[in-house]
Amino acid sequence: MSNHAPDSRRTDPKSFLVRGLAMLAQLLIPLVIAIFTIMEDGDFADRIFYVLPFVVALVIFNLVVSYLQWTKLTYTVGDSDIRVESGILSRAARSVPYERIQDVSLEQKLLPRLFGLVEVKFETGAGGKDDLSLTYLSEAEGERLRALVRTLRDTPVESGSDVAEDVPGEETSEVLFAMDAKRVITFGLFEFSLVVVAVLGSLAQQFDFILPFEIWNVNEWEQRLAGPGQWLAGLGPLAQGVGLLIALVSLGILGVLTGVVRTTLREWDFRLDQTDRGLRRRRGLLTRTDLVMPLHRVQALRLGTGFLRRRFGWHSLKVISLASDSGGANHDAVPFGRMDEIAPVVDVTGFALPPEDAKWERAMRSYRIDKALLSAIVLLPATVVVAVVGSPWFWLAPASGLIFTLAEQYWRWRHDFRALGVKQIYSKHGWFSPSMAIASRVKLQSVEIQQGPLARLRGYASLHLGLAGGKLRIHGMPVAQAHEWRRAICNSISGTDFSELIETAGAPVP
Amino acid sequence: MDATENLIPLDPRYKTMMRVVAALIAVALLIGASIAEIAIPGWTGVIWVPAAFVIAYLVFYLPMRRYATRGYSLVEERLRVVRGVLFHSDTVVPFGRVQHIDVGQGPLERGFGLATLTVHTAGSHNASVSLPGLAHADALAMREEIRAAIRRDTR
Repeated sequence: MSNHAPDSRRTDPKSFLVRGLAMLAQLLIPLVIAIFTIMEDGDFADRIFYVLPFVVALVIFNLVVSYLQWTKLTYTVGDSDIRVESGILSRAARSVPYERIQDVSLEQKLLPRLFGLVEVKFETGAGGKDDLSLTYLSEAEGERLRALVRTLRDTPVESGSDVAEDVPGEETSEVLFAMDAKRVITFGLFEFSLVVVAVLGSLAQQFDFILPFEIWNVNEWEQRLAGPGQWLAGLGPLAQGVGLLIALVSLGILGVLTGVVRTTLREWDFRLDQTDRGLRRRRGLLTRTDLVMPLHRVQALRLGTGFLRRRFGWHSLKVISLASDSGGANHDAVPFGRMDEIAPVVDVTGFALPPEDAKWERAMRSYRIDKALLSAIVLLPATVVVAVVGSPWFWLAPASGLIFTLAEQYWRWRHDFRALGVKQIYSKHGWFSPSMAIASRVKLQSVEIQQGPLARLRGYASLHLGLAGGKLRIHGMPVAQAHEWRRAICNSISGTDFSELIETAGAPVP
Repeated sequence: MDATENLIPLDPRYKTMMRVVAALIAVALLIGASIAEIAIPGWTGVIWVPAAFVIAYLVFYLPMRRYATRGYSLVEERLRVVRGVLFHSDTVVPFGRVQHIDVGQGPLERGFGLATLTVHTAGSHNASVSLPGLAHADALAMREEIRAAIRRDTR
């Protein structure tokens, strides 16, 4: 391939169309709000006459700009790097060498999906924002780029080889975990959420001028309720109780429905495959995401469950990895599954579930007692003061807070455990949504022992472990044991340099 | 238990530097106290005496305690940083986990010939561990030692 005229390509022509449509949709919402505000002032016909030309000009200007941007955006797949040149007035050229690309992820939002387009993201591990992305390419081109980058990353650069033609075939893959419609809906039932109530509330506040009545005017409400409300009050406490029950049940139904809809949108047709490059996850109904988690970058695992779903035997598995794509470094590997479905995935990551004979230990009793006492010192006087000074029932708030913390400390004393394995560290914690972290000893970055004044007096310490992409802390350990653990972990770490762990693909636990 | 033994104390000049910083705060405190003393009628010293205690604590006692509780060690290719008067922390970073190293000098530190060594790791917790109060030459020597260890490991 000659250096002078590389085969620079443009993104798919349809991407201009998609961007234009997305831009129009974005314009539409402020426009509708603006029109409503204008309408409130009256003289609608008069004003729209002045406003309309501006709106049309704005739309045309934006369309022209995005067309020019499309013509000026080119990408080149070179021998050793990918180059993207962009900009109408000021030109920017960015080159990313293949060795620096950690992975290529494909994302499809609803609109691009209708046109068969994908957004291709090249993850360099430099932190989400600075990553290179191409919007939008055709699905086939996205797949081709991904496969190409992967093979080029693994083979040393040979100048002269015509990489653009040398498209590798479909890689071998094996389904590790998948969710059918029934499973997704079951999952949704457990994802109770009242977020829609909050959204409706804020919408009502935002658009209250559309509503035929003043929503925040208490007097008006009283008047409106005067007729039926009076009738309701006349029915007595039983009927009022029934009314409250109906309100609660409808709120519950709304919450469950929200959960089902949200989960279905996110998790539809969930598939987790094992490929040559790592775990490949595809999910989503409207926005379909396709993500690969390279196995050698997995730092730790987190097994989770919920207060209720645990009773039915449902668990989840998250992978904590170095990649910084799509916000969090926690990736759902198995969002909702049985333990016997999770176990094979854990095996694939190179980690292991805690052995039967693991030495589980609780946090020290004095640590839990101190935590409970501290909250009592604050909340008990508060309860007394409020009971004496405040309104008759207000003391219930600090009192229930106190009972809550005491119950939590007791529960966590019963259920929080830690264990140090030969290669891994296990930590079980949590109350309403208990979870267990499994971290590899060699993949930790630093070990810190922390002690507050009370801790030094009572002889316990907390261990803070530096973990890439997550946090892991163990509280209430005896000081001597904390030092012992640290020595053991440091010895594991010293055996292996971190860059070796990152660069050598494959077996993460030596 | 290896809690405090085998630790190298920081440069004694660091104690003086902390005192200078505290003295700057003390001056501001003294000005405030004097204004309050004049503005509030009553016995002389109703503000000055408590202020004097606070200043004595800040300038004389606290730097001494902070200096005494801090320390570091470099044994077994591990950087260990111990600090904290009230809340104690004891951090260990193995050289093999150091991503990059900074040696920084603020204006005051430069005046005293001191430097702060900061090592960065890939962890979310303790992403950077800093060790202030080293003699500048010592900090540079420590950086070279850590760098040499990293280079040897990656070969």
